Amino acid sequence: MTDTVSTTPVLEFRNVNTHYGPVQILNGVNITIAEGEMVCLLGGNASGKTTTLKTILGMVTPTSGEVLLDGEVISGMSTTHIVERGVSMVPENRRLFARMTVLENLEIGAYLRSDDLTEDLERIFELFPRVKERLAQKAGTLSGGEQQMVAVGRAMMSRPKVLLMDEPSMGLAPVLVAQNFDIIERINKAGTTVFMVEQNANMALSIADRGYVLQTGEIVLADTAENLLANPQMRAAYLGHTE
Amino acid sequence: MAAPLLIRREDETSVVSKTVSKSRAGKFRDGWVDGFLWFIRIAAILVVGFGIFRSVVMTLNGEGTSIDAWENLIVSGVAQGAMYGMLALGYSMVYGVLGFINFAHGEVFMGGAMVSFFVAQALFDNGVWESNFALSLFIILIVAVLTSTLIAVIVERVAYRPLRDAPRIIPLITSIGISFFLQYTFAGLFGEGVKTYPTPPDYLRNKVNVLGFLPIEGTKILVMVVALISMIGLYFYVQKTRAGRAMRAVAEDKEIAALMGINVDRTIVSTFAVGGAMAGVAGILWALLFRSISFITGFLPGIKAFTAAVLGGIGNLAGAMVGGIVLGLFENVGTIVVLGGLGIPGAGTLKDVISFSALVLVLVFRPRGLFGERLSHEDRP
Repeated sequence: MTDTVSTTPVLEFRNVNTHYGPVQILNGVNITIAEGEMVCLLGGNASGKTTTLKTILGMVTPTSGEVLLDGEVISGMSTTHIVERGVSMVPENRRLFARMTVLENLEIGAYLRSDDLTEDLERIFELFPRVKERLAQKAGTLSGGEQQMVAVGRAMMSRPKVLLMDEPSMGLAPVLVAQNFDIIERINKAGTTVFMVEQNANMALSIADRGYVLQTGEIVLADTAENLLANPQMRAAYLGHTE
Repeated sequence: MAAPLLIRREDETSVVSKTVSKSRAGKFRDGWVDGFLWFIRIAAILVVGFGIFRSVVMTLNGEGTSIDAWENLIVSGVAQGAMYGMLALGYSMVYGVLGFINFAHGEVFMGGAMVSFFVAQALFDNGVWESNFALSLFIILIVAVLTSTLIAVIVERVAYRPLRDAPRIIPLITSIGISFFLQYTFAGLFGEGVKTYPTPPDYLRNKVNVLGFLPIEGTKILVMVVALISMIGLYFYVQKTRAGRAMRAVAEDKEIAALMGINVDRTIVSTFAVGGAMAGVAGILWALLFRSISFITGFLPGIKAFTAAVLGGIGNLAGAMVGGIVLGLFENVGTIVVLGGLGIPGAGTLKDVISFSALVLVLVFRPRGLFGERLSHEDRP
């Protein structure tokens, strides 16, 4: 739970501004994520969380500032190129290819790779033995929890340097939310850098190393997870009074 | 925005059922509409059942349709149906990936058949057609496939891509415009007259005894074989190759497909290209079966292939092929047997009535088609 210090951050936002037409969405956002870290981005609705992820993935181009992956500027590149360079995302609500089998879903996660996938598949089966039992099944027939495992597996198949998670707790039963965060934690412990966007601040901070708080496009707080959990301002705004 | 294996969730046909259930909400019209639909269902079954029954009885009594004629009708139906199926694949694929009906697909088919007519003519003039028909067939097949593919890809680039984000009714109407544009471009370039392909060699026109008891014309065997090979090839492409997987992914969820690193635009182009290639093959099958071609030739087969696609369950590729064959059988066997059995004179001229009645009946009995799955918009979280 300590701040990892590394020479080149894996992912970095340098003073990023984005606009949709005349409306400014992100306002001078600076984010730095070191290798192996798990960082969460917290914020309410319309705070710019989704735009932040879209900016990383090249679906939104910053009007000024830049996004760097491993020291290389990726803002302005196409999504395909960014994914190729090692970013992948577990989308909100999982969004598996429901008509395809579980194996096909995993394989399509490695769409840009042409090498052997056996090792990666083995690694995923090790993390999620349940997935292995369901390989030939259509992804749409899986339970919510199993779908989440496949969605994470699919994102891992491209061997990402950074795994983006969009609202992993969204639309899941409380039991599954806990299970889900457990999955994320295991992925991170296995060495993948995780950048997670989440409304459920308590849950996210309980497993993350650090957190950023986004409010109407501006980073208003950036601290370690422990400090954020203890921060009275935070508690009032995001964590609820009961904690 | 979600669509499974080239099967879109928001079925085109579900519009029909929605309309029905909407009127169900009105208390007065409630039973009325339901009753009327049931009336149509029962009437259709009675008419078809009675027609077939009488035809069979007549055949068994040695009058009416002979056994030979039955065989002929079935074989023609399957051969023609295979051609419809090849064409229907294009409708289904584009619907699966983009969610609209590309009504210009019939013209893509006509274009291929038209251009290869000139090549066939040249081959005939050189004597190659007579001396080496297999080579000639191969050449015109390649020409038709290339032409149709090119037309399909250009149409996508010029007419549909700029409308990618428009409501789906807009590309649909555009496709009707493109259809006319292509028809009259071909009329302007090559004249309005009907062109006739040179006759295939005798050994193809003669009947071959398949399995020792079923005499089938060589051309029809060729048509079925070519369609079968193309279908197997397409199945392999869609199910087993990387490009095919990308196509299915794009059909299901374009945004997520892009997230996997798939180039969505390129995948859509390849969908049109593959659909176009299949239409090119269908063009040659048409040439083998009917030999005559004009700028208007694409229209009716196009609409019928669309019917076949709906029949099989739009978006489902195997369904398109089966739908084509069912429609071909309907058109050939159904016309003579049902209408003939009912004692309607000149039944043979009523083929088109039968095919489009088939469309109406499918929408009444099974709006999602034979293999379509009813999936509503809401079933994706």
